[in-house]
Amino acid sequence: MEKFTQLTATACPLDVANLNTDQLLPARYLKWPRSAGLGKVLFQDLRFDQDGRERAEFALNRPAWRAAKIIVAARNFGCGSSREAAVYALYDYGIRCVIAPSFGDIFAGNAVQNGLLAAIVTDATAAHLLGRLDRMPELPVTVDLEQQAISFAEFRCDFSIDPFRRLRLLNGWDDIALTESFREQISAFKDNDRSRRPWAVPVKEN
Amino acid sequence: MAQPQTLVDKLWAAHEIVPREDGQSLLWVDRHYVHEGSFHAFSRLAERGKAVAEPDLTLAVADHYVPTRGPRHAIANPDIARMVRQVEENTAKHHIKLFGLDDPRQGIVHVVGPEQGWTLPGLLIVCGDSHTSTHGAIGAYAFGIGASEVAHVLMTQTIWQRRPKRMRISVDGVTAPGVAAKDIALAIIARIGADGATGHAIEFAGGAIRALSIEGRLTLCNMSIEAGARCGMIAPDAVTFAYVKDRPFAPQASAFDQAVEAWSKLNSDEDAEFEREVSLDGSEIAPIVTWGTSPQHASPIDASVPDPVREPDPARANDLRDALGYMNLSPGTKLADIAIDRVFIGSCTNSRIEDLRAAAAVLAGRTSKVPGLVSPGSSTVKRQAEQEGLDRIFRDAGLEWGESGCSMCVGINGDIVAPGERCASTTNRNFRGRQGPGARTHLMSPAMVAAAAVSGHLSDVRPLLAGRKI
Repeated sequence: MEKFTQLTATACPLDVANLNTDQLLPARYLKWPRSAGLGKVLFQDLRFDQDGRERAEFALNRPAWRAAKIIVAARNFGCGSSREAAVYALYDYGIRCVIAPSFGDIFAGNAVQNGLLAAIVTDATAAHLLGRLDRMPELPVTVDLEQQAISFAEFRCDFSIDPFRRLRLLNGWDDIALTESFREQISAFKDNDRSRRPWAVPVKEN
Repeated sequence: MAQPQTLVDKLWAAHEIVPREDGQSLLWVDRHYVHEGSFHAFSRLAERGKAVAEPDLTLAVADHYVPTRGPRHAIANPDIARMVRQVEENTAKHHIKLFGLDDPRQGIVHVVGPEQGWTLPGLLIVCGDSHTSTHGAIGAYAFGIGASEVAHVLMTQTIWQRRPKRMRISVDGVTAPGVAAKDIALAIIARIGADGATGHAIEFAGGAIRALSIEGRLTLCNMSIEAGARCGMIAPDAVTFAYVKDRPFAPQASAFDQAVEAWSKLNSDEDAEFEREVSLDGSEIAPIVTWGTSPQHASPIDASVPDPVREPDPARANDLRDALGYMNLSPGTKLADIAIDRVFIGSCTNSRIEDLRAAAAVLAGRTSKVPGLVSPGSSTVKRQAEQEGLDRIFRDAGLEWGESGCSMCVGINGDIVAPGERCASTTNRNFRGRQGPGARTHLMSPAMVAAAAVSGHLSDVRPLLAGRKI
């Protein structure tokens, strides 16, 4: 996994609450392997109409934000379906960071697995950033994970993230390698658990 | 004296292997469900040349992509056929039990798990599907995960988690006839919002919850994710134990009695503290329908479409305008005046035998004014419904009696609602395009969908139940 330390890029405002993963990646693309290019169908039904024409009103279609690497969104970004392919679509489009007041729990977990930073800010900060981006679309935003800070023109603010997730992103850690370092503890737990909770093992089929 | 613990605390403690100082813990996973959509995770295993750590604790079903109308084996779309084939190949390779298309136990994972006794009280259960919260109804700690985590669980039978905050939602009082678990769920989401429980584990408690059957509890816990919760659960009780007893994969005979002894301790201590408490009066809950594009856009059937102009918060007003635009609804329209084009009864939320009985009780001797599909939650439910003659009632009403799968809830097997069509649906998400591009979804209980079918528009089921046995 690629590390995330600091990023300076244009940021696209998406002032929509509860932007769910069905919007990020409609279900009909879930059977695509990642190699098929999920980035091109990111936000498909919001970016394009039913005839495949771009919807000019969708922010990511505006010239200033087409190449954005950051999205600033409203509450509960990525709620709904657990589809990790929604994160693949964001990442493969080029998005490396989403800033929002809150995220769907499963989405936030999927993001860290793929090197995408889900940065949590207050409602007021999100509203401020959304408003400013609208007036100064081309101005880059800097996100510093080490400092947990966002800067935009003269504006500075902190963001929050689970400390374990922060460490994993900063170091590009693979959680499977980390877990395997606890192999002995896992095995001891299992042995002990079998006598503590014998009922927890499924009955064998006849 | 030991600190009083909530149900969540007890379940957490029973699964914690390694706690980290930063608050994350490595937890043991008792049961892992996989399905066709788990292919990304199996690819990751292949890349690393890894085996599945505990194939005996892993169960696969074919549900998301299987056909639910017409012949099951002639899948015309080669991409959909590949999805079903892939889960067969991956599970065979890794010695994982599969309830595939040919298995009489096939069905939706969140219906089949409890039905087969694979889900039990006290277990930690994960699946690469957000509606895994369903299994909390049996007294399990159950939550949805993403593909990378699925791969992690396959390889290690463990998962890293941060302990969720505790939230208790108490529903007391007696619900009125015609008010179902789905109405309780929608009432809660309308109250606390689609992110009202983010970062929390919900414990549902109170008299109206205790009075629910296991089917009703499964519906309620299923919808926890629509309030943003990590998981939802109900402390196991006599109703739970009676349901679990004699299920094929549950402990049998004396082992069952021992298990019940352990399960009986799985409840919140009297003085246990919750970070958040919410309470509702069950007797005040009316049948509810959604009118927008988020499950929080829900109101009692006798209400009207809200007016964005009356919403003081500009962001919320915008949200309302967008939702009503997509749904093609005008502010002030009575919900009961909204005409529908189609109905769907099915999904992991509302496709169990009790759901089908509730819909059939309304439809018996009546005709649906719109086309619709009934997809039983499992092949087992399907057989039982046919033994009870429910299929006959649906067919006589003019509805299609289909096969079991995720079907028109998410439409990835090809069963979709046409663009612009309005569907009264027993499913869990009224998101834009959820049932197909341009589809408009109204969520409600099975009885309310049946009422909409016979009326041709959203409708209060209560008068239609007069004189009927429910």
